[in-house]
Amino acid sequence: MSRYNMFLTNEEKEILMGGKGETLRKAMESVVKYGEIFGAKRLVPINGPVHLVTSFGVTILKPVFNIMDELIENGYKTAKPFTVNPRPLDYKNIKCSILEKIVFKIMYGKQKQYEKQLEKVGLKDKNAYTCAAYFKEVGNIPKQGDILSWAESSAVVYANSVLGARTNRNSGVIELLSGIIGKTPEFGFITDEGRKASFVIELKTTKLPSPQVLGSAIGLKVIEDVPYILNLDKFLGEGLTSKTKDYLKDMGAASASNGAVGLYHVSNITPEAVQMGKSLLKENYETYIIDDAEIKRVLDSYPVLWKDLNGKPDFCFVGCPHLSIDQLKLWIDNISMKLKLHKKSKVGVYTILCTPPDVFVEFEKDEAYVLKLKEIGAHVTSICPLMYMNNPICAKHNVITNSNKLRTYTTARYFEDEKMLKLIAGESMKEVISYEEGV
Amino acid sequence: MKKEFKGRVVLGANVKGECVVSHEGLNILASFQKSVLKKEKQVICSDQNNKDLYKKNLTGKILCLPKTIGSTTGGMVLQTCATLGLTPKALLFSEHIDSLAAAGVILADVWNEIRISTIDSLGEEFLEYVKDGQTIEVKDDGTVIVED
Repeated sequence: MSRYNMFLTNEEKEILMGGKGETLRKAMESVVKYGEIFGAKRLVPINGPVHLVTSFGVTILKPVFNIMDELIENGYKTAKPFTVNPRPLDYKNIKCSILEKIVFKIMYGKQKQYEKQLEKVGLKDKNAYTCAAYFKEVGNIPKQGDILSWAESSAVVYANSVLGARTNRNSGVIELLSGIIGKTPEFGFITDEGRKASFVIELKTTKLPSPQVLGSAIGLKVIEDVPYILNLDKFLGEGLTSKTKDYLKDMGAASASNGAVGLYHVSNITPEAVQMGKSLLKENYETYIIDDAEIKRVLDSYPVLWKDLNGKPDFCFVGCPHLSIDQLKLWIDNISMKLKLHKKSKVGVYTILCTPPDVFVEFEKDEAYVLKLKEIGAHVTSICPLMYMNNPICAKHNVITNSNKLRTYTTARYFEDEKMLKLIAGESMKEVISYEEGV
Repeated sequence: MKKEFKGRVVLGANVKGECVVSHEGLNILASFQKSVLKKEKQVICSDQNNKDLYKKNLTGKILCLPKTIGSTTGGMVLQTCATLGLTPKALLFSEHIDSLAAAGVILADVWNEIRISTIDSLGEEFLEYVKDGQTIEVKDDGTVIVED
Protein backbone atom coordinates (compact mmCIF):
# COMPACT_ATOMS: atom_id res chain seq x y z
CA MET A 1 0.00 0.00 0.00
CA SER A 2 2.97 2.30 0.41
CA ARG A 3 2.82 3.20 -3.27
CA TYR A 4 -0.21 5.38 -2.59
CA ASN A 5 0.19 8.80 -1.03
CA MET A 6 -3.43 9.34 -0.03
CA PHE A 7 -4.88 8.29 3.30
CA LEU A 8 -6.72 4.99 2.93
CA THR A 9 -9.00 3.38 5.50
CA ASN A 10 -8.41 -0.22 6.50
CA GLU A 11 -11.41 -1.27 4.43
CA GLU A 12 -10.08 0.57 1.36
CA LYS A 13 -6.67 -1.06 1.85
CA GLU A 14 -8.28 -4.47 2.14
CA ILE A 15 -10.18 -3.91 -1.10
CA LEU A 16 -6.99 -2.77 -2.84
CA MET A 17 -5.27 -5.96 -1.66
CA GLY A 18 -8.01 -7.99 -3.34
CA GLY A 19 -9.66 -8.99 -0.07
CA LYS A 20 -13.13 -8.38 -1.49
CA GLY A 21 -12.53 -9.81 -4.93
CA GLU A 22 -10.72 -8.92 -8.11
CA THR A 23 -13.49 -6.77 -9.62
CA LEU A 24 -13.83 -4.51 -6.59
CA ARG A 25 -10.04 -4.30 -6.41
CA LYS A 26 -9.88 -3.00 -9.96
CA ALA A 27 -12.74 -0.57 -9.34
CA MET A 28 -11.01 0.76 -6.21
CA GLU A 29 -7.59 0.85 -7.88
CA SER A 30 -8.98 2.86 -10.81
CA VAL A 31 -10.57 5.45 -8.52
CA VAL A 32 -7.58 5.67 -6.15
CA LYS A 33 -5.02 6.00 -8.97
CA TYR A 34 -7.24 8.63 -10.57
CA GLY A 35 -7.28 10.56 -7.29
CA GLU A 36 -3.54 10.16 -6.76
CA ILE A 37 -2.81 11.91 -10.05
CA PHE A 38 -4.65 14.96 -8.77
CA GLY A 39 -3.13 14.90 -5.29
CA ALA A 40 -6.30 13.74 -3.52
CA LYS A 41 -5.63 13.26 0.19
CA ARG A 42 -8.42 10.72 0.69
CA LEU A 43 -11.62 9.30 -0.72
CA VAL A 44 -14.89 10.89 0.41
CA PRO A 45 -18.36 9.30 0.38
CA ILE A 46 -20.69 10.42 -2.39
CA ASN A 47 -24.17 11.35 -1.19
CA GLY A 48 -26.17 11.67 -4.39
CA PRO A 49 -26.93 9.39 -7.33
CA VAL A 50 -24.30 9.23 -10.07
CA HIS A 51 -25.01 10.42 -13.61
CA LEU A 52 -23.41 8.37 -16.38
CA VAL A 53 -22.30 9.68 -19.73
CA THR A 54 -22.28 6.35 -21.57
CA SER A 55 -25.77 5.62 -22.85
CA PHE A 56 -24.94 4.19 -26.23
CA GLY A 57 -24.26 0.60 -27.14
CA VAL A 58 -21.61 1.35 -29.73
CA THR A 59 -20.33 -2.06 -30.73
CA ILE A 60 -16.74 -0.96 -30.58
CA LEU A 61 -16.87 0.03 -26.88
CA LYS A 62 -16.08 -3.54 -25.88
CA PRO A 63 -13.90 -2.60 -22.90
CA VAL A 64 -16.86 -0.77 -21.31
CA PHE A 65 -19.26 -3.68 -21.86
CA ASN A 66 -16.68 -6.03 -20.39
CA ILE A 67 -16.39 -3.93 -17.23
CA MET A 68 -20.20 -3.85 -16.96
CA ASP A 69 -20.39 -7.64 -17.38
CA GLU A 70 -17.79 -8.11 -14.68
CA LEU A 71 -19.68 -5.84 -12.27
CA ILE A 72 -22.97 -7.64 -12.97
CA GLU A 73 -21.48 -11.12 -12.68
CA ASN A 74 -20.20 -10.19 -9.23
CA GLY A 75 -23.48 -8.61 -8.14
CA TYR A 76 -22.37 -4.97 -7.90
CA LYS A 77 -24.70 -2.03 -8.39
CA THR A 78 -24.68 1.64 -7.38
CA ALA A 79 -25.98 2.55 -3.92
CA LYS A 80 -28.61 4.91 -5.37
CA PRO A 81 -30.47 4.57 -8.69
CA PHE A 82 -28.66 6.59 -11.36
CA THR A 83 -29.50 8.57 -14.49
CA VAL A 84 -27.69 8.31 -17.81
CA ASN A 85 -27.30 10.32 -21.03
CA PRO A 86 -29.88 10.09 -23.83
CA ARG A 87 -30.44 7.08 -26.04
CA PRO A 88 -29.05 7.29 -29.58
CA LEU A 89 -32.01 6.10 -31.67
CA ASP A 90 -35.66 7.04 -32.28
CA TYR A 91 -37.04 5.84 -35.61
CA LYS A 92 -40.56 6.93 -34.63
CA ASN A 93 -39.80 10.63 -34.46
CA ILE A 94 -36.77 10.99 -36.71
CA LYS A 95 -36.98 9.90 -40.33
CA CYS A 96 -34.16 7.65 -41.44
CA SER A 97 -33.38 6.02 -44.77
CA ILE A 98 -32.89 2.26 -44.99
CA LEU A 99 -29.17 2.79 -45.44
CA GLU A 100 -29.02 5.00 -42.33
CA LYS A 101 -30.89 2.36 -40.36
CA ILE A 102 -28.43 -0.31 -41.51
CA VAL A 103 -25.50 1.83 -40.38
CA PHE A 104 -27.23 2.60 -37.06
CA LYS A 105 -27.83 -1.11 -36.56
CA ILE A 106 -24.12 -1.77 -37.01
CA MET A 107 -22.98 1.23 -34.94
CA TYR A 108 -25.34 0.78 -32.01
CA GLY A 109 -25.56 -2.98 -32.32
CA LYS A 110 -25.15 -3.48 -28.58
CA GLN A 111 -27.83 -0.96 -27.55
CA LYS A 112 -30.40 -3.42 -26.19
CA GLN A 113 -27.80 -5.47 -24.33
CA TYR A 114 -26.19 -2.35 -22.95
CA GLU A 115 -29.51 -0.98 -21.66
CA LYS A 116 -30.04 -4.31 -19.87
CA GLN A 117 -26.57 -3.94 -18.35
CA LEU A 118 -27.44 -0.43 -17.16
CA GLU A 119 -30.63 -1.69 -15.52
CA LYS A 120 -28.68 -4.39 -13.71
CA VAL A 121 -26.09 -1.97 -12.27
CA GLY A 122 -28.71 0.45 -10.92
CA LEU A 123 -30.43 2.56 -13.63
CA LYS A 124 -33.30 4.62 -12.12
CA ASP A 125 -35.93 3.60 -14.70
CA LYS A 126 -36.54 3.36 -18.45
CA ASN A 127 -37.11 7.12 -18.68
CA ALA A 128 -33.84 8.04 -16.98
CA TYR A 129 -32.07 8.73 -20.30
CA THR A 130 -31.22 12.43 -20.54
CA CYS A 131 -28.26 14.78 -20.30
CA ALA A 132 -30.44 17.11 -18.16
CA ALA A 133 -31.28 14.76 -15.29
CA TYR A 134 -31.46 17.75 -12.95
CA PHE A 135 -34.84 18.90 -14.32
CA LYS A 136 -37.61 18.53 -11.75
CA GLU A 137 -39.50 16.09 -14.00
CA VAL A 138 -36.47 13.74 -14.02
CA GLY A 139 -35.55 14.24 -10.40
CA ASN A 140 -31.79 13.68 -10.07
CA ILE A 141 -31.43 17.06 -8.35
CA PRO A 142 -28.44 17.40 -6.04
CA LYS A 143 -28.48 19.90 -3.20
CA GLN A 144 -25.83 22.54 -2.61
CA GLY A 145 -22.78 20.91 -1.04
CA ASP A 146 -23.65 17.35 -2.09
CA ILE A 147 -20.60 15.31 -3.10
CA LEU A 148 -21.18 13.63 -6.44
CA SER A 149 -19.45 11.59 -9.06
CA TRP A 150 -20.97 12.72 -12.34
CA ALA A 151 -19.85 12.60 -15.93
CA GLU A 152 -21.41 14.37 -18.96
CA SER A 153 -19.74 17.73 -19.28
CA SER A 154 -22.95 19.77 -19.52
CA ALA A 155 -24.46 18.08 -16.46
CA VAL A 156 -21.27 18.44 -14.41
CA VAL A 157 -20.99 22.16 -15.08
CA TYR A 158 -24.69 22.65 -14.24
CA ALA A 159 -24.52 20.63 -11.01
CA ASN A 160 -21.44 22.52 -9.83
CA SER A 161 -22.40 26.02 -10.93
CA VAL A 162 -26.19 26.33 -10.79
CA LEU A 163 -26.92 23.82 -8.02
CA GLY A 164 -23.74 24.31 -5.99
CA ALA A 165 -23.14 20.56 -5.72
CA ARG A 166 -19.59 19.23 -5.91
CA THR A 167 -18.42 16.92 -8.65
CA ASN A 168 -15.30 16.67 -10.69
CA ARG A 169 -15.50 16.49 -14.45
CA ASN A 170 -15.25 12.74 -14.36
CA SER A 171 -14.72 10.59 -17.37
CA GLY A 172 -17.15 7.89 -18.41
CA VAL A 173 -16.62 4.61 -16.45
CA ILE A 174 -14.81 6.42 -13.60
CA GLU A 175 -18.16 7.93 -12.50
CA LEU A 176 -19.73 4.44 -12.48
CA LEU A 177 -16.82 2.87 -10.59
CA SER A 178 -17.10 5.66 -7.98
CA GLY A 179 -20.81 4.88 -7.74
CA ILE A 180 -19.98 1.22 -7.17
CA ILE A 181 -17.47 1.87 -4.38
CA GLY A 182 -19.58 4.79 -3.09
CA LYS A 183 -16.62 7.15 -2.91
CA THR A 184 -14.82 9.74 -4.98
CA PRO A 185 -11.33 11.23 -4.57
CA GLU A 186 -11.26 14.56 -2.77
CA PHE A 187 -9.68 16.99 -5.21
CA GLY A 188 -10.58 19.77 -7.63
CA PHE A 189 -14.20 20.90 -7.51
CA ILE A 190 -14.85 18.79 -4.39
CA THR A 191 -12.63 21.15 -2.37
CA ASP A 192 -13.20 24.82 -1.42
CA GLU A 193 -9.89 25.84 -3.00
CA GLY A 194 -10.72 24.06 -6.25
CA ARG A 195 -13.89 26.13 -6.60
CA LYS A 196 -12.10 29.47 -6.66
CA ALA A 197 -12.03 31.47 -9.87
CA SER A 198 -8.89 32.45 -11.76
CA PHE A 199 -10.70 34.48 -14.44
CA VAL A 200 -13.05 37.43 -14.23
CA ILE A 201 -15.33 37.60 -17.25
CA GLU A 202 -16.44 41.18 -17.67
CA LEU A 203 -19.53 41.24 -19.85
CA LYS A 204 -19.80 44.54 -21.72
CA THR A 205 -22.23 43.70 -24.49
CA THR A 206 -25.09 46.06 -25.35
CA LYS A 207 -27.65 43.25 -25.07
CA LEU A 208 -27.90 39.75 -23.68
CA PRO A 209 -25.71 37.54 -25.88
CA SER A 210 -26.80 34.10 -26.95
CA PRO A 211 -25.87 31.71 -24.12
CA GLN A 212 -24.35 29.40 -26.72
CA VAL A 213 -21.87 32.00 -28.00
CA LEU A 214 -21.13 33.52 -24.59
CA GLY A 215 -20.38 30.03 -23.23
CA SER A 216 -18.26 29.26 -26.25
CA ALA A 217 -16.22 32.47 -25.85
CA ILE A 218 -15.67 31.70 -22.17
CA GLY A 219 -14.71 28.06 -22.81
CA LEU A 220 -12.29 28.92 -25.60
CA LYS A 221 -10.59 31.49 -23.35
CA VAL A 222 -10.41 29.89 -19.90
CA ILE A 223 -10.29 26.23 -21.10
CA GLU A 224 -10.64 24.40 -17.76
CA ASP A 225 -10.23 27.27 -15.32
CA VAL A 226 -13.07 28.61 -13.19
CA PRO A 227 -14.53 31.91 -14.45
CA TYR A 228 -16.40 34.47 -12.32
CA ILE A 229 -18.84 36.26 -14.60
CA LEU A 230 -19.81 39.88 -14.01
CA ASN A 231 -22.79 41.85 -15.36
CA LEU A 232 -24.91 38.93 -16.57
CA ASP A 233 -27.35 39.86 -13.79
CA LYS A 234 -27.95 43.18 -15.59
CA PHE A 235 -29.73 41.21 -18.30
CA LEU A 236 -31.03 38.18 -16.40
CA GLY A 237 -31.81 39.77 -13.05
CA GLU A 238 -30.57 38.52 -9.70
CA GLY A 239 -31.07 34.98 -8.42
CA LEU A 240 -32.11 31.82 -10.19
CA THR A 241 -35.40 31.97 -12.06
CA SER A 242 -36.33 29.07 -14.32
CA LYS A 243 -35.49 31.26 -17.34
CA THR A 244 -32.05 32.03 -15.90
CA LYS A 245 -31.46 28.35 -15.16
CA ASP A 246 -32.24 27.50 -18.79
CA TYR A 247 -29.87 30.23 -20.00
CA LEU A 248 -27.09 28.97 -17.72
CA LYS A 249 -27.72 25.36 -18.81
CA ASP A 250 -27.00 26.29 -22.42
CA MET A 251 -24.15 28.67 -21.60
CA GLY A 252 -22.47 26.04 -19.42
CA ALA A 253 -22.79 23.31 -22.04
CA ALA A 254 -21.10 25.53 -24.62
CA SER A 255 -18.29 26.44 -22.20
CA ALA A 256 -17.78 22.76 -21.36
CA SER A 257 -17.62 21.58 -24.96
CA ASN A 258 -15.73 24.51 -26.49
CA GLY A 259 -13.33 24.40 -23.58
CA ALA A 260 -13.47 22.18 -20.51
CA VAL A 261 -15.24 24.39 -17.98
CA GLY A 262 -16.59 22.37 -15.05
CA LEU A 263 -17.66 25.24 -12.80
CA TYR A 264 -18.46 28.92 -13.22
CA HIS A 265 -19.76 31.54 -10.85
CA VAL A 266 -22.13 34.31 -11.92
CA SER A 267 -22.22 37.42 -9.76
CA ASN A 268 -25.55 37.82 -7.93
CA ILE A 269 -26.96 34.70 -9.60
CA THR A 270 -25.29 31.38 -8.82
CA PRO A 271 -25.47 30.18 -5.20
CA GLU A 272 -21.81 30.42 -4.21
CA ALA A 273 -21.39 33.81 -5.90
CA VAL A 274 -24.44 35.09 -4.02
CA GLN A 275 -23.11 33.75 -0.71
CA MET A 276 -19.40 34.52 -1.06
CA GLY A 277 -19.14 37.17 -3.77
CA LYS A 278 -15.67 38.13 -4.92
CA SER A 279 -14.00 36.19 -2.11
CA LEU A 280 -14.28 33.34 -4.63
CA LEU A 281 -11.58 35.01 -6.72
CA LYS A 282 -8.00 33.78 -6.54
CA GLU A 283 -5.21 36.31 -6.20
CA ASN A 284 -3.77 37.48 -9.54
CA TYR A 285 -6.82 36.48 -11.53
CA GLU A 286 -6.93 37.33 -15.23
CA THR A 287 -9.66 39.47 -16.79
CA TYR A 288 -11.39 38.71 -20.09
CA ILE A 289 -13.66 41.40 -21.49
CA ILE A 290 -16.50 40.24 -23.70
CA ASP A 291 -18.14 42.99 -25.74
CA ASP A 292 -20.23 42.95 -28.91
CA ALA A 293 -17.11 42.79 -31.10
CA GLU A 294 -15.75 39.79 -29.19
CA ILE A 295 -19.05 37.93 -29.48
CA LYS A 296 -19.04 38.59 -33.23
CA ARG A 297 -15.39 37.49 -33.54
CA VAL A 298 -16.16 34.18 -31.82
CA LEU A 299 -19.31 33.63 -33.86
CA ASP A 300 -17.47 34.33 -37.12
CA SER A 301 -14.66 31.91 -36.19
CA TYR A 302 -16.82 28.77 -36.45
CA PRO A 303 -15.88 26.70 -39.49
CA VAL A 304 -18.73 25.62 -41.79
CA LEU A 305 -18.28 22.02 -42.90
CA TRP A 306 -21.03 21.90 -45.50
CA LYS A 307 -20.02 21.31 -49.11
CA ASP A 308 -22.48 23.93 -50.37
CA LEU A 309 -22.52 26.95 -48.09
CA ASN A 310 -25.85 28.07 -49.57
CA GLY A 311 -27.35 24.57 -49.36
CA LYS A 312 -30.85 23.97 -48.09
CA PRO A 313 -30.99 22.57 -44.55
CA ASP A 314 -32.24 18.97 -44.35
CA PHE A 315 -32.66 18.78 -40.58
CA CYS A 316 -32.79 21.18 -37.68
CA PHE A 317 -31.87 20.03 -34.16
CA VAL A 318 -32.78 22.08 -31.09
CA GLY A 319 -32.08 20.81 -27.60
CA CYS A 320 -28.46 19.81 -27.01
CA PRO A 321 -28.46 19.75 -24.01
CA HIS A 322 -32.10 18.66 -23.72
CA LEU A 323 -34.79 21.36 -23.56
CA SER A 324 -36.64 22.13 -20.36
CA ILE A 325 -40.42 22.08 -20.56
CA ASP A 326 -40.46 25.90 -20.74
CA GLN A 327 -37.91 25.90 -23.56
CA LEU A 328 -39.83 23.20 -25.44
CA LYS A 329 -43.04 25.22 -25.29
CA LEU A 330 -41.24 28.45 -26.17
CA TRP A 331 -39.72 26.89 -29.29
CA ILE A 332 -43.13 25.61 -30.36
CA ASP A 333 -44.58 29.11 -29.80
CA ASN A 334 -41.74 30.82 -31.65
CA ILE A 335 -41.89 28.44 -34.61
CA SER A 336 -45.64 28.87 -34.77
CA MET A 337 -45.36 32.67 -34.75
CA LYS A 338 -42.60 32.69 -37.38
CA LEU A 339 -44.65 30.41 -39.64
CA LYS A 340 -47.63 32.75 -39.34
CA LEU A 341 -45.42 35.71 -40.25
CA HIS A 342 -44.27 33.82 -43.33
CA LYS A 343 -47.84 32.70 -44.08
CA LYS A 344 -46.82 29.05 -43.81
CA SER A 345 -48.61 26.28 -41.95
CA LYS A 346 -45.78 23.74 -41.50
CA VAL A 347 -42.04 23.90 -40.89
CA GLY A 348 -39.92 24.11 -44.04
CA VAL A 349 -37.09 22.08 -42.51
CA TYR A 350 -37.47 18.73 -40.71
CA THR A 351 -37.29 20.14 -37.20
CA ILE A 352 -36.48 18.03 -34.16
CA LEU A 353 -36.83 19.30 -30.60
CA CYS A 354 -34.96 17.19 -28.02
CA THR A 355 -36.20 16.88 -24.44
CA PRO A 356 -36.01 14.24 -21.67
CA PRO A 357 -38.57 11.38 -21.73
CA ASP A 358 -39.98 12.53 -18.37
CA VAL A 359 -40.41 16.09 -19.65
CA PHE A 360 -42.22 14.77 -22.71
CA VAL A 361 -44.59 12.81 -20.47
CA GLU A 362 -45.40 16.09 -18.69
CA PHE A 363 -45.67 17.96 -22.00
CA GLU A 364 -48.20 15.49 -23.36
CA LYS A 365 -50.58 16.44 -20.55
CA ASP A 366 -50.94 19.89 -22.14
CA GLU A 367 -53.33 19.19 -25.00
CA ALA A 368 -53.12 22.70 -26.45
CA TYR A 369 -49.37 22.41 -26.97
CA VAL A 370 -49.61 18.86 -28.29
CA LEU A 371 -52.03 20.17 -30.90
CA LYS A 372 -49.81 23.15 -31.68
CA LEU A 373 -46.83 20.82 -32.16
CA LYS A 374 -48.84 18.73 -34.58
CA GLU A 375 -49.98 21.84 -36.46
CA ILE A 376 -46.46 23.17 -37.04
CA GLY A 377 -45.19 19.73 -38.06
CA ALA A 378 -42.12 19.66 -35.82
CA HIS A 379 -40.99 16.49 -34.04
CA VAL A 380 -40.09 15.88 -30.41
CA THR A 381 -37.60 13.21 -29.42
CA SER A 382 -35.47 12.24 -26.45
CA ILE A 383 -32.38 11.12 -28.32
CA CYS A 384 -28.94 12.68 -28.28
CA PRO A 385 -28.54 14.50 -31.61
CA LEU A 386 -24.79 14.03 -31.40
CA MET A 387 -25.26 10.27 -31.53
CA TYR A 388 -27.58 10.64 -34.53
CA MET A 389 -24.91 12.62 -36.34
CA ASN A 390 -22.20 10.12 -35.50
CA ASN A 391 -23.73 8.02 -38.27
CA PRO A 392 -21.49 8.94 -41.25
CA ILE A 393 -24.50 8.92 -43.61
CA CYS A 394 -26.43 11.31 -41.34
CA ALA A 395 -23.33 13.50 -41.01
CA LYS A 396 -23.63 14.23 -44.74
CA HIS A 397 -27.03 15.88 -44.28
CA ASN A 398 -27.17 19.65 -44.04
CA VAL A 399 -28.00 19.94 -40.34
CA ILE A 400 -28.58 23.27 -38.64
CA THR A 401 -28.51 23.72 -34.88
CA ASN A 402 -28.46 26.37 -32.19
CA SER A 403 -26.25 24.10 -30.06
CA ASN A 404 -22.60 24.96 -29.83
CA LYS A 405 -21.91 21.51 -28.43
CA LEU A 406 -23.45 19.80 -31.46
CA ARG A 407 -21.53 22.15 -33.75
CA THR A 408 -18.27 21.29 -32.01
CA TYR A 409 -18.59 17.54 -32.35
CA THR A 410 -20.31 17.17 -35.71
CA THR A 411 -20.80 18.71 -39.16
CA ALA A 412 -23.89 20.58 -37.93
CA ARG A 413 -23.89 24.29 -38.74
CA TYR A 414 -24.51 26.77 -35.96
CA PHE A 415 -27.10 29.53 -36.16
CA GLU A 416 -28.49 31.78 -33.49
CA ASP A 417 -32.16 31.31 -32.65
CA GLU A 418 -33.61 34.05 -34.84
CA LYS A 419 -31.80 32.83 -37.96
CA MET A 420 -32.79 29.24 -37.13
CA LEU A 421 -36.43 30.31 -36.99
CA LYS A 422 -36.16 32.01 -40.37
CA LEU A 423 -34.68 28.85 -41.89
CA ILE A 424 -37.32 26.69 -40.23
CA ALA A 425 -39.98 28.99 -41.70
CA GLY A 426 -38.60 28.35 -45.15
CA GLU A 427 -36.38 31.35 -45.87
CA SER A 428 -33.46 30.46 -48.12
CA MET A 429 -29.95 30.10 -46.75
CA LYS A 430 -28.77 32.94 -48.99
CA GLU A 431 -31.41 35.25 -47.55
CA VAL A 432 -30.67 34.29 -43.97
CA ILE A 433 -26.89 34.54 -44.07
CA SER A 434 -27.03 37.88 -45.85
CA TYR A 435 -28.79 39.53 -42.90
CA GLU A 436 -26.51 41.79 -40.92
CA GLU A 437 -27.99 41.49 -37.49
CA GLY A 438 -24.96 42.24 -35.35
CA VAL A 439 -25.14 40.25 -32.15
CA MET B 1 21.43 17.71 -31.14
CA LYS B 2 19.35 16.50 -28.22
CA LYS B 3 17.38 18.39 -25.60
CA GLU B 4 16.19 16.83 -22.39
CA PHE B 5 13.05 17.63 -20.40
CA LYS B 6 11.84 16.17 -17.14
CA GLY B 7 8.19 15.70 -16.20
CA ARG B 8 6.04 13.86 -13.69
CA VAL B 9 5.40 10.19 -14.35
CA VAL B 10 1.69 9.42 -14.61
CA LEU B 11 2.29 5.98 -16.11
CA GLY B 12 5.88 5.03 -16.83
CA ALA B 13 7.05 3.13 -19.91
CA ASN B 14 10.07 3.40 -22.21
CA VAL B 15 9.09 4.30 -25.77
CA LYS B 16 10.56 6.10 -28.75
CA GLY B 17 8.90 7.53 -31.83
CA GLU B 18 7.95 10.42 -34.05
CA CYS B 19 6.04 13.24 -32.44
CA VAL B 20 2.97 15.25 -33.36
CA VAL B 21 2.26 18.46 -31.51
CA SER B 22 -0.92 20.22 -30.51
CA HIS B 23 -0.55 23.67 -29.00
CA GLU B 24 -4.18 23.74 -27.94
CA GLY B 25 -6.29 21.39 -25.86
CA LEU B 26 -6.93 18.07 -27.58
CA ASN B 27 -10.60 17.11 -27.72
CA ILE B 28 -10.42 13.31 -27.45
CA LEU B 29 -13.95 12.57 -28.66
CA ALA B 30 -13.83 15.03 -31.55
CA SER B 31 -10.34 13.85 -32.57
CA PHE B 32 -10.73 10.07 -32.29
CA GLN B 33 -14.39 9.23 -32.84
CA LYS B 34 -14.56 9.32 -36.63
CA SER B 35 -11.72 6.84 -37.17
CA VAL B 36 -12.87 4.61 -34.31
CA LEU B 37 -16.47 4.45 -35.54
CA LYS B 38 -15.26 3.70 -39.07
CA LYS B 39 -13.04 0.95 -37.63
CA GLU B 40 -9.99 2.38 -39.36
CA LYS B 41 -6.52 1.04 -38.67
CA GLN B 42 -5.20 4.38 -37.55
CA VAL B 43 -6.70 7.49 -36.03
CA ILE B 44 -6.70 10.52 -38.30
CA CYS B 45 -7.58 13.51 -36.15
CA SER B 46 -11.12 14.62 -37.02
CA ASP B 47 -11.34 17.66 -34.75
CA GLN B 48 -12.08 20.60 -37.05
CA ASN B 49 -11.22 23.03 -34.24
CA ASN B 50 -7.69 21.72 -33.72
CA LYS B 51 -5.65 23.51 -36.36
CA ASP B 52 -2.42 21.70 -35.40
CA LEU B 53 -3.70 18.13 -35.58
CA TYR B 54 -6.71 18.14 -37.93
CA LYS B 55 -6.33 15.33 -40.51
CA LYS B 56 -3.00 14.13 -39.03
CA ASN B 57 -2.29 10.54 -37.99
CA LEU B 58 -2.14 10.10 -34.21
CA THR B 59 -1.72 6.33 -33.95
CA GLY B 60 1.70 5.20 -32.76
CA LYS B 61 2.97 8.76 -32.43
CA ILE B 62 4.37 10.57 -29.42
CA LEU B 63 1.60 13.09 -28.84
CA CYS B 64 2.71 16.37 -27.25
CA LEU B 65 -0.08 18.57 -25.95
CA PRO B 66 -1.04 20.94 -23.15
CA LYS B 67 -4.03 18.86 -21.98
CA THR B 68 -7.25 17.31 -23.27
CA ILE B 69 -10.64 19.01 -23.36
CA GLY B 70 -14.24 18.30 -24.32
CA SER B 71 -16.72 15.49 -23.72
CA THR B 72 -16.49 13.32 -20.63
CA THR B 73 -16.66 10.26 -22.87
CA GLY B 74 -12.99 11.07 -23.47
CA GLY B 75 -11.56 8.55 -21.01
CA MET B 76 -13.40 5.54 -22.29
CA VAL B 77 -12.77 6.54 -25.90
CA LEU B 78 -9.07 6.56 -25.05
CA GLN B 79 -9.39 3.20 -23.27
CA THR B 80 -11.19 1.72 -26.26
CA CYS B 81 -8.55 3.06 -28.64
CA ALA B 82 -5.90 1.46 -26.44
CA THR B 83 -7.51 -1.97 -26.73
CA LEU B 84 -7.69 -1.51 -30.51
CA GLY B 85 -4.04 -0.45 -30.76
CA LEU B 86 -5.00 2.99 -32.04
CA THR B 87 -3.59 5.33 -29.42
CA PRO B 88 -0.42 7.36 -29.58
CA LYS B 89 2.60 5.54 -28.09
CA ALA B 90 2.97 8.23 -25.47
CA LEU B 91 1.07 11.22 -24.18
CA LEU B 92 3.31 14.10 -23.13
CA PHE B 93 1.51 16.93 -21.39
CA SER B 94 3.10 20.31 -20.89
CA GLU B 95 0.54 21.06 -18.16
CA HIS B 96 -0.96 18.93 -15.40
CA ILE B 97 -2.90 16.04 -16.92
CA ASP B 98 -6.69 16.55 -16.99
CA SER B 99 -9.32 14.20 -15.57
CA LEU B 100 -10.41 12.73 -18.92
CA ALA B 101 -6.99 11.71 -20.19
CA ALA B 102 -6.06 10.49 -16.71
CA ALA B 103 -9.12 8.24 -16.59
CA GLY B 104 -8.42 6.87 -20.07
CA VAL B 105 -4.85 5.81 -19.39
CA ILE B 106 -5.73 4.40 -15.95
CA LEU B 107 -8.70 2.37 -17.24
CA ALA B 108 -6.54 0.88 -20.00
CA ASP B 109 -3.78 0.14 -17.47
CA VAL B 110 -5.96 -1.37 -14.70
CA TRP B 111 -8.67 -3.19 -16.67
CA ASN B 112 -6.83 -4.09 -19.89
CA GLU B 113 -3.19 -4.14 -18.79
CA ILE B 114 -2.23 -1.82 -21.65
CA ARG B 115 0.15 0.92 -20.66
CA ILE B 116 0.34 4.19 -22.57
CA SER B 117 3.49 6.00 -21.51
CA THR B 118 2.15 9.19 -19.90
CA ILE B 119 4.18 12.11 -18.57
CA ASP B 120 2.76 15.47 -17.50
CA SER B 121 3.98 18.85 -16.19
CA LEU B 122 6.72 19.09 -18.84
CA GLY B 123 6.34 22.86 -18.98
CA GLU B 124 5.61 25.50 -21.60
CA GLU B 125 9.19 25.44 -22.89
CA PHE B 126 8.73 21.79 -23.87
CA LEU B 127 5.68 22.52 -25.98
CA GLU B 128 7.40 25.50 -27.60
CA TYR B 129 10.46 23.37 -28.41
CA VAL B 130 8.88 20.27 -29.94
CA LYS B 131 7.94 20.22 -33.61
CA ASP B 132 6.05 17.69 -35.73
CA GLY B 133 8.31 14.95 -37.04
CA GLN B 134 11.01 15.13 -34.37
CA THR B 135 12.04 11.86 -32.71
CA ILE B 136 11.32 11.67 -29.00
CA GLU B 137 12.52 9.12 -26.49
CA VAL B 138 10.41 8.78 -23.35
CA LYS B 139 11.84 7.06 -20.29
CA ASP B 140 9.87 5.54 -17.46
CA ASP B 141 11.42 7.96 -14.95
CA GLY B 142 9.79 10.95 -16.66
CA THR B 143 12.78 11.93 -18.82
CA VAL B 144 11.89 13.09 -22.31
CA ILE B 145 14.68 13.41 -24.90
CA VAL B 146 13.90 15.36 -28.06
CA GLU B 147 16.18 14.69 -31.05
CA ASP B 148 16.43 17.29 -33.81
